[in-house]
Amino acid sequence: MTKNLRVKTSKLIDETYKISFKFNGSTYYGYKGDTLASALLFNDIHLVGRSFKYHRPRGIMTAGSEEPNAIVQLHNNTSRTEPNVRATEIEIYEGLEASSQNCWPSVNFDIGGINNFLSPVLPAGFYYKTFMWPASFWEKYEYFIRKSAGLGRSPTEPDPDIYEHKYIHCDVLIIGAGIAGIVAAKTAAKNGYKTLLIDEKPYLGGSTIYQNSEHFKINNQISSSWLEKEINEIKKIENLEIKTRTSVAAYHGYNFLLARENLTDHIPLEQRNNKIRHRLLKIRAKKVITATGSLERPLIFNNNDRPGILLSSAIEKYANFYGVACGEKNVLFTNNDSAYETALSLYQKGINVEAIIDNREETDSKLIKETEKNNIKVYKGYTVVDTYGYKRINKVSIMQLSKDGQKVIGSKISILCDCLGISGGWTPAVHLFTQSGGKLKFRDEDQVFIPKEYSSDQISIGSCNGDFTLDEILSTVPKAIKKFLNLKKIDYEDFEIKSSFNKSKRNIWLLPSDKILGKTKPFVDYQNDATAKDIKLALREGFRSIEHVKRYTTTGMGTDQGKLGNMHALGIISETTGSKMGELGTTTFRPPYTPLTFGTIVGRSVGEYFDVSRKTAIHEWHVENKAEFENVGQWKRAWYYPKNGENMHDAVQRESKAARDSAGILDASTLGKIDIQGTDASEFLNRVYTNAWSKLAIGKCRYGLMLNEDGMVYDDGVTTRLGENHYIMTTTTGGAATVLGKLEDYLQTEWPELDVYLTSVTDHYATVSVCGPNSKKIVSQIIPDLDFSDKNFPHMSFKNAKIGNINCRVMRISFTGEHSYEINIQANYGKSVWEKCMEAGKEFNITPYGTETMHLLRAEKGFIIVGQDTDATMTPIDLQMDWIVSKKKYDFIGKRSLYRSDTIREDRKQLVGLLTENPNEVLEEGAQIVSDIKKTPIEMLGHVTSSYYSPNLKKSIALGVVKGGKNMMGQKLVIPMENKQINVTVADPVFLDKENKRLNA
Amino acid sequence: MFVINCPYCGEREQSEFKAGGEAHIIRPKQPTELSDDQWAEYLFMRKNIKGVQFERWIHTHGCRKWFNVVRDTSNDVIKAVYKMGEKPPTK
Ligand SMILES: [Zn+2]
Repeated sequence: MTKNLRVKTSKLIDETYKISFKFNGSTYYGYKGDTLASALLFNDIHLVGRSFKYHRPRGIMTAGSEEPNAIVQLHNNTSRTEPNVRATEIEIYEGLEASSQNCWPSVNFDIGGINNFLSPVLPAGFYYKTFMWPASFWEKYEYFIRKSAGLGRSPTEPDPDIYEHKYIHCDVLIIGAGIAGIVAAKTAAKNGYKTLLIDEKPYLGGSTIYQNSEHFKINNQISSSWLEKEINEIKKIENLEIKTRTSVAAYHGYNFLLARENLTDHIPLEQRNNKIRHRLLKIRAKKVITATGSLERPLIFNNNDRPGILLSSAIEKYANFYGVACGEKNVLFTNNDSAYETALSLYQKGINVEAIIDNREETDSKLIKETEKNNIKVYKGYTVVDTYGYKRINKVSIMQLSKDGQKVIGSKISILCDCLGISGGWTPAVHLFTQSGGKLKFRDEDQVFIPKEYSSDQISIGSCNGDFTLDEILSTVPKAIKKFLNLKKIDYEDFEIKSSFNKSKRNIWLLPSDKILGKTKPFVDYQNDATAKDIKLALREGFRSIEHVKRYTTTGMGTDQGKLGNMHALGIISETTGSKMGELGTTTFRPPYTPLTFGTIVGRSVGEYFDVSRKTAIHEWHVENKAEFENVGQWKRAWYYPKNGENMHDAVQRESKAARDSAGILDASTLGKIDIQGTDASEFLNRVYTNAWSKLAIGKCRYGLMLNEDGMVYDDGVTTRLGENHYIMTTTTGGAATVLGKLEDYLQTEWPELDVYLTSVTDHYATVSVCGPNSKKIVSQIIPDLDFSDKNFPHMSFKNAKIGNINCRVMRISFTGEHSYEINIQANYGKSVWEKCMEAGKEFNITPYGTETMHLLRAEKGFIIVGQDTDATMTPIDLQMDWIVSKKKYDFIGKRSLYRSDTIREDRKQLVGLLTENPNEVLEEGAQIVSDIKKTPIEMLGHVTSSYYSPNLKKSIALGVVKGGKNMMGQKLVIPMENKQINVTVADPVFLDKENKRLNA
Repeated sequence: MFVINCPYCGEREQSEFKAGGEAHIIRPKQPTELSDDQWAEYLFMRKNIKGVQFERWIHTHGCRKWFNVVRDTSNDVIKAVYKMGEKPPTK
């Protein structure tokens, strides 16, 4: 290293603890307490990345979470790699590896930099205007845009870290542990409130904690010493919890906040295993005190983005907190007193300040006098008109401002420098306040938005409330807390404050240059490369709303959400359009305040814990017998059982054939089961199903179709009458929860007079379904005491029975069209009954089949599957199921809708069967159906809903919905595919055994 | 995310509840006697007010009871909560 840029460090940096790290492949070192940014600056590295659009060299600009430029990729090409990490926030640790983003092949030589010279042809909205036409070219443009754009790379390997969520309930939450937050925390906790204090930084005390100047004193102590004592005191308070490295991401209504606690990002990788990395805190606070401070504003002038240009407050922090000089020849440029604080701090540490350029013409304060006394040249009423140096600033040129601040006059003066600090005054950090629903007001005197109306039990205090100076903070904050917490007395009533800060400010949103605007680059949004010029262009093109200008120019849309430049964008719009700042509104601040990792958001819900998975009582048998599974809602259902390396098609063909030739067995446990009891149970079923239920005899089963009030099919299933006032209803697997919900809704709100009780018993019973011509022989073997004769136990009836001494319910019902039985038994006996059936069925080659075969078998019979053959636009009439709609019943859910003008249209899409010309050709589900492909525009008549090759019919069969299909029987239609057309004939949807002979075989 | 005071269980997180649309829309007793327009009015037309709105909510992951909520949709402030069948508050 050639230069020593480490001046006397503060107490906050441990100089005895050296840490080495890598940046862009080279090894450097810093000290414990350094951020990556302070360590890089200590190594005289300013150039950290390239800008998004023009690929201009960019350096570190800030010392906090508002950083727009210095964003890096950590641990590239590893599972822990992370893009868009702000160098100003990440603390260095042994082995840290960071690299620049958004540049190729390297940050020093970047091909995209050519965009900078092309920039006259890359104005605002350029991508929208050029690349959107012709539309078919978008794909080609996109490839290049994505390649040259992109902010970093996401990891390609699974995340090895652990994340979790935690709920916290507290009386008082304080966000921000600066001087205001510390005062608030101590007061709240000492008065018995369960208090939580959080701060995004690893330390407490905000910017006061490194304030070493004699110009700011509390009770005759330097403000940092005073605050340090307060911090030591609050650490001992029992009902105060303090969380550092924790940033509030979102502030929702009713004082519900999300915060991310960062637990391992500051320790070496090898120490992170098995530790929780981030914890998402879900905080519900009775009262919230926001003390989030303020952000220094940049100034908007030509070429204000070069490496070496930093916020003046950042330079001060690097010097006072980290003990790092950002440059050896510093120039400061300001419109207020803040830069003089910086100048004096630097001077105190022996760092050279060449000059201060101050927009204000007539201004005086203790700070300025002190500065001038130290022989620092102050140019009053001047502005910077340009800066020089490609990868690091080396010169500024300045000129005098005209009286109205709109022009520059006189001659240019050049000042050599290697660092420029800029200060445009302060912006209260009201992001969280507005997220919570708070309303802002505009304060004209210093051009800031401050809280006006709170939406919940909360207050903002300190500089986020517009009280910037030490004396303002200490005079307003204690009073505000006293009132907010209803306290009689508060510790902080009397202060003796010394604050040399003068509040005068000369606000010029866009500073003039000697060049015309078109020839300059005054950046408003650094990360997205939006300039004042772009904003003015957007206004010329007719954009007025701030939200539109923002999107068109991409101002404020980067990962920093424009924390620095949004106010200037507003200011420039208001000046250009002549509207008042307060009336223009602000853009919406959306959560998260700083980006969150996906890991934080999902917490422990990863891998097998991503969602609940429900398994039937027979699940283990399916696993042992090598079933493939499919997800049906949260259920894992056996899909098919491949044998000897069969593929799905072969397995399903074999299973389907076996079920019809001899016997098949299906785990039907997932079907929803609702136990319905009460003296009005029959009346209730009459009202919720389309068909009549009053006359169903005890011991009989009936298929029912349930509609929505709009007449569209909602669910279906078989319901059995177990007793006079007792039914068991089955629903589709996916519909179980919503059907129960719907029934409860009607019972509680429309028909509270009905005596009906509903209980979900889906998980209580296992259901084994045995079908096929040999099903009776099999089931009767395991229930020998039951009379299985058709007379005693006909189709669509039910019997109570015993297997061993365990009660079960046996229904003779069928979804396959085969003679079949469903045994319902207490779930924990499910697997044993299944095994008994397998044993008894051995001689009949009983074949377990999964959902795919079930679907094929029912399609052969033309039975619908709600949700596959229907969507929310199919009535029972559309399904050609008129037979199930009672004409006699006065009312049922959805009845009136069945003869609305729209539902009686003849040309509605109706369910039909489809047979292909070539019996071996199987249609694709979802394929469009048309009649004439030569007549354009081609009319879409409908689509294929179910399609299979039927091994029993030895041909391809399909169901589909076709406009007016009911009257098209025998008609030829066409299914146009990518490279062929398939001819089909409209057919009866029942393909097999229309006479239902097999049910009784 | 707000907090709802279930009339049966007390204050609970919003995530335990589900909204059920506008309250006090009564299913016609004799749907068959309604014209298409009248039926459509019941079936489809719902208010969407910026301001005080009467809504149905259900405590899905709790007591599973439906009840009514008076909520200001502009700021989510809940003004009243009352059981099904009870008269809506007039003020
Ligand atoms: Zn409840």
